[in-house]
Amino acid sequence: MARNKEGLLLLLDVGPSMHYVLPEIEKVCSMLVEKKLIYSKYDEVGVVLFGTRETDNELTKEVGGYQHVMVLKNIKVVDGDIVDALQQLPRGTTDGDFLDAVIVGMDMLIKKYGETNKGKKRLCLITNAQCPIKDPYEGTKEDQVSTVAKQMTVYGMRMESIIVRGKSSQDVNKRVMDENDRLLDIFSKETSARLLHVENPISLFGALRTRNITPVTVFRGDLEISAKLRIKVRVYKKTSEEKFPTLKKYSDKAPSNDKSATHEVKVDYEYKSFDDPKKVVPLDQRIRGYRYGPQIVPISSAEWDAVKFKPEKGVKLLGFSDSSNILRHYYMKDVYIFLPEPGNTKAILAVSALARAMKEMNKVAILRCVWRQGQANVVIGVLTPNVSDRESIPDSFYFSVLPFAEDVREFQFPSFSNFPASWQPNEQQLEATDNLIRMLDLAPNEKEEVLLPDFTPNPILERFYRFLELKSKHPDAAVPPLDHTLKKITEPDGDLLLQYKPMIDSFCTSFELKPNPKQKKPRRLLPEKRFGSSDEETKGDVSARPANLIAKTSTVKIENIGDLTPVQDFEAILSRRDSPDWVIKAIKDMKNKIFDLVEDSHEGDNYPKALECLVALRKGCILEQEPKLFNDFLRHLCKFCLEKDLDSFCEYLSCRGITLISKEEAVDSEVTEAEAKSFLVKSEPKFD
Amino acid sequence: MDLDPDDIFRDDEDDPDSELFQEKESTKELVVYLVDASPKMFNTTCPVEDQKDETHFHIAMSCISQSLKTQIINRSYDEVAICFFNTREKKNLQDLNGVFVFNVPEREQLDRPTARLIKEFDVIEASFLKEIGSQYGIVSGSRENSLYNALWVAQGLLRKGSAKTADKRILLFTNEEDPFGSITGVVKSDMTRTTLQRAKDARDLGISIELLPLSGPDEVFNVSQFYAELIGLEGEDLIEFMPSAGNKLEDMKHQLRKRMFKKRIVRRLKFTIVNGLSIELNSYALIRPTVPGAISWLDSVTNRPLKTERNFICSDTGALVEQSSRRFHPYKNTNIIFSTEELSEIKRVSTGHLCLLGFKPLSCLRDYYNLKPSTFLYPSDEDVVGSTCIFIALHRSMIRLNRFAVAFYGSSSRPQLVALVAQDEVVQSGGQIEPPGMHMIYLPYSDDIRHVEEVYSDKNARMPIATDDQIQKAAALMKRLDLKDFSVCQFANPALQRHYAVLQALALEEDDMPEINDETLPDEEGMARPRVVAAIEEFKTSVYGENYDEESELAAAGKPTEASKKRKALADNAAKECENYDWGELADSGKLKDLTVVELKYYLTAHNLPVSGKKEALISRILTHMGK
Repeated sequence: MARNKEGLLLLLDVGPSMHYVLPEIEKVCSMLVEKKLIYSKYDEVGVVLFGTRETDNELTKEVGGYQHVMVLKNIKVVDGDIVDALQQLPRGTTDGDFLDAVIVGMDMLIKKYGETNKGKKRLCLITNAQCPIKDPYEGTKEDQVSTVAKQMTVYGMRMESIIVRGKSSQDVNKRVMDENDRLLDIFSKETSARLLHVENPISLFGALRTRNITPVTVFRGDLEISAKLRIKVRVYKKTSEEKFPTLKKYSDKAPSNDKSATHEVKVDYEYKSFDDPKKVVPLDQRIRGYRYGPQIVPISSAEWDAVKFKPEKGVKLLGFSDSSNILRHYYMKDVYIFLPEPGNTKAILAVSALARAMKEMNKVAILRCVWRQGQANVVIGVLTPNVSDRESIPDSFYFSVLPFAEDVREFQFPSFSNFPASWQPNEQQLEATDNLIRMLDLAPNEKEEVLLPDFTPNPILERFYRFLELKSKHPDAAVPPLDHTLKKITEPDGDLLLQYKPMIDSFCTSFELKPNPKQKKPRRLLPEKRFGSSDEETKGDVSARPANLIAKTSTVKIENIGDLTPVQDFEAILSRRDSPDWVIKAIKDMKNKIFDLVEDSHEGDNYPKALECLVALRKGCILEQEPKLFNDFLRHLCKFCLEKDLDSFCEYLSCRGITLISKEEAVDSEVTEAEAKSFLVKSEPKFD
Repeated sequence: MDLDPDDIFRDDEDDPDSELFQEKESTKELVVYLVDASPKMFNTTCPVEDQKDETHFHIAMSCISQSLKTQIINRSYDEVAICFFNTREKKNLQDLNGVFVFNVPEREQLDRPTARLIKEFDVIEASFLKEIGSQYGIVSGSRENSLYNALWVAQGLLRKGSAKTADKRILLFTNEEDPFGSITGVVKSDMTRTTLQRAKDARDLGISIELLPLSGPDEVFNVSQFYAELIGLEGEDLIEFMPSAGNKLEDMKHQLRKRMFKKRIVRRLKFTIVNGLSIELNSYALIRPTVPGAISWLDSVTNRPLKTERNFICSDTGALVEQSSRRFHPYKNTNIIFSTEELSEIKRVSTGHLCLLGFKPLSCLRDYYNLKPSTFLYPSDEDVVGSTCIFIALHRSMIRLNRFAVAFYGSSSRPQLVALVAQDEVVQSGGQIEPPGMHMIYLPYSDDIRHVEEVYSDKNARMPIATDDQIQKAAALMKRLDLKDFSVCQFANPALQRHYAVLQALALEEDDMPEINDETLPDEEGMARPRVVAAIEEFKTSVYGENYDEESELAAAGKPTEASKKRKALADNAAKECENYDWGELADSGKLKDLTVVELKYYLTAHNLPVSGKKEALISRILTHMGK
């Protein structure tokens, strides 16, 4: 039997009350097997269903009873057949008895493995535990569960129970559920069992561990508080990113009939000199170089080995500090866990005392760690307490790596208080924000925390494994959409938004967002097409949304001439064809704008802008065949200027060649060309 | 008047509104070190740290040398020139008297620092008086004005590069508070006036002049005498000048070798809050592990850089193939083939931006929810006006309500959940310690969290829990070992500093390798203080009992593990076998290669050397060990 080979038996409740969540169970269980097919393909898996109409198990044949428990797949090495079976679980018709299923499962494991394979036998029960279990022939239910649990311990079995209880389970018999919970709790007390309650399908996905990773120590040895006080600890990774599988490059060069072809592509690096591109420089003639200013300094590995930093292995305490001194965003890497040496009571006590004191006093410890001899550098990090809430698990510490002085880039950012008043939120806006934060609460009291990382699966990996399985059957299959349940990880919960719609609307209307008019080329940031919106819109949850504020401002038709881009606004209104009134309105507005500009001008600072508007207006009036409107306006403007001692504007216009619109330019004009040209010139003598 | 409306509304830098948030970032710094080389600089001394008297000239030189050595690593693209004035010889483009621009071959006068510049600069002091010479440039009876000349030369050197993209500075080292003290009358006022005018012209060109005054222990450099006006100091700045000038000199000497990064936006992000209401954010990398520069491969014979070529070879046929766009993964005994498009399609689950999902109390952000360094988010109104306002509102409310936001970040490499933690601005003694904004912390998925503690749980026994007394003793110990002013990044990376030091030593062909102080070691002295020792002892006694030491030593000696027994036996055997050979003789006659690997390993094991590697490696290791 291969080392680390696991025997897993899935005990799935398929009774009527479970039907609503079976699609999720099908998905998560098949993913479990798909992963096993990749990472541990010698593992063995069996599937037992309960709550079925049929009864099919060995115990029923041998001793009777154990009704409605059906062995769907006997324990065997994982294969596609199990995946297929798990993808289409039959729907049961009766309420299942989970204890019967556990006993059947245990019996199967014992028959298959006997006493061997200790610690590698696993029972995984997924049920809602809503239905009462049968009374035993003798003794109480508690006694029976306790006996079963003891048997499990003897045979070195582990059990994992996932209790799925959604919103629908509220009206079900509470007494039964409590009793069942108590019984299941006995398992977790008396044997190696994990008991998890999940409320929503996402958590169900996350709760079932789909991949077993044998923990490897990062460090075994002493946590040195001082030279005299050493605590024996073991350090493991607490978090470590499960990466997207690395796929190999495919080569189709091998003949198709070659069965032993690997189809792999090797990547080969060659180092060539610049002077002679044909010459390949062998490894022993290469030397590493580092930049020093514009030069490259060669350093041979031998030289380097002789002088490089060589810290001694060891984990040493530098001191304690207030936890407020270490801000959360300084954590650099994945997190480690420091556990006391198993079986070493003193170490467990020492860790426990320190952890509890640290928690009480809000302190953290700063450590200097060199995990292995020959490690290239030291690690400075922070040790935080992790006081255990379970009797069987000792207190421990979490350890996060902190940055060195060189790793922090001291970029300066403007204070928010230095921003103009228009950028500062007012009281009403702050209140709207407070309300938004309060209602989009993902960790409400008395309810399960939503999107708890510990129970939130990686939707991309799920998608990959599903696609892999799909492709194994249909090589040309398209990438399936993201699973409907897991989509909730990537976007806000529609129900929550709908529930608090008025407050959300009030938040949206409290703030105004508009595209920056100064930005010439908007970077596609604004009117964006939501990815995958097609399949969503059909479901109707999108239509419930109030008008998209940004889209509104960006697509809205311009109706007034603004201060920032009067010319563009004018042209935009002029070009509107939905009503003939727009032309008149545009010209009128533009005239007012020009007046305002000239009038508000201080020592002529608005003149260029006013001129620009005037040019635009002139062009617009010619185009729209409204020369009279312009000519009258220009006359009026000049008169106005003369009256208001703004003659410098007339001068400004005349030297920039603004004239009335003549007959040549627009037939409707009553002004001759000569008259047009002389208009401003004529007025000149008046200034002298 | 250009009537192109595009031109008028173009977003330009001189827009007063935008200056607020568009800090001008010079891309590089051009510095001229202007050193007074008058006899006074050589004659006056002052005691330095180790009580030895040094001349002012030496202090200025060592300061510049240190500064150059730091700069070549921190900001190697910045350019420097070194210029002495009050010299006997002259060397400058304008051919002005009393000014000597120091330079080395393969380098323009104002250029990036090179190893050679630093190396030759370090030795110039010894031969300075002979080669360049020192003499007062401003003497009565002559119209020469060496200070004026020096400023002119410096300004000429800094003509390169536009003021917009480069930060131009003149650093002036002198101990003469009154350069025109030796002359009188009209000549003096005339020279003063022209020199000040020259300095003003330089400043008007965007060149900042900084003064690093040197003075003896008992005297104070009187800035107001002349230099205040030269460098444009007035009012309060003048009062604060002297104390800060002293610090500046110290800072230049003790700068950490640390690669500087320009502030750069990593990504522009759209942050969707609710119902399509989106604001604009910029992300910055404030904390990232620094690595010792990229390795370039060189030809060890010519020391010329090598070109790396990558080839793809089909394992089955050995044929060269193009970069393939297909990947495969073995599954159920077959290879499942994917196109790269399909793979990126799998990872594309959202728009590639940030999408708010909700809020949680800060206590829900557990210590182990971390995978990689956080990213800093700061709002921008560049595209969407109003973004900053919403961001500030969220920021304030989140801090007030003690909440962090949970959002989904749809990056193309790894879409994942993130926590957005609002950080208030922290300003300490005038400097911004923490910028205001939000830190994006990457959260793990359930697949990324390991449950090691459960594997080690013991079903049969309750875990012992510390008693109140033990906890109290631990608390007392903690009080004794408190690092009061601990700041997260107070430690320099010892490996990196060693790397830089080695690099410098090799580049400058220094003889001895510098020792780098490892700041990360525990404070042995502090740990040995009687009260600390007592606190540790008390805690130890309360947990481990009185006679722990002997117990553990006994346990260690009495019960060696199987593995250690085996190792010991092996070592003993090797030592015995090793004696059967005359290693010296074998090495001299070159017969080591005739021995088997097993035999060679006897020697290595017996001498506690690594036994890994090929036979040649083993032999060379033995020879090295024997010193042959």
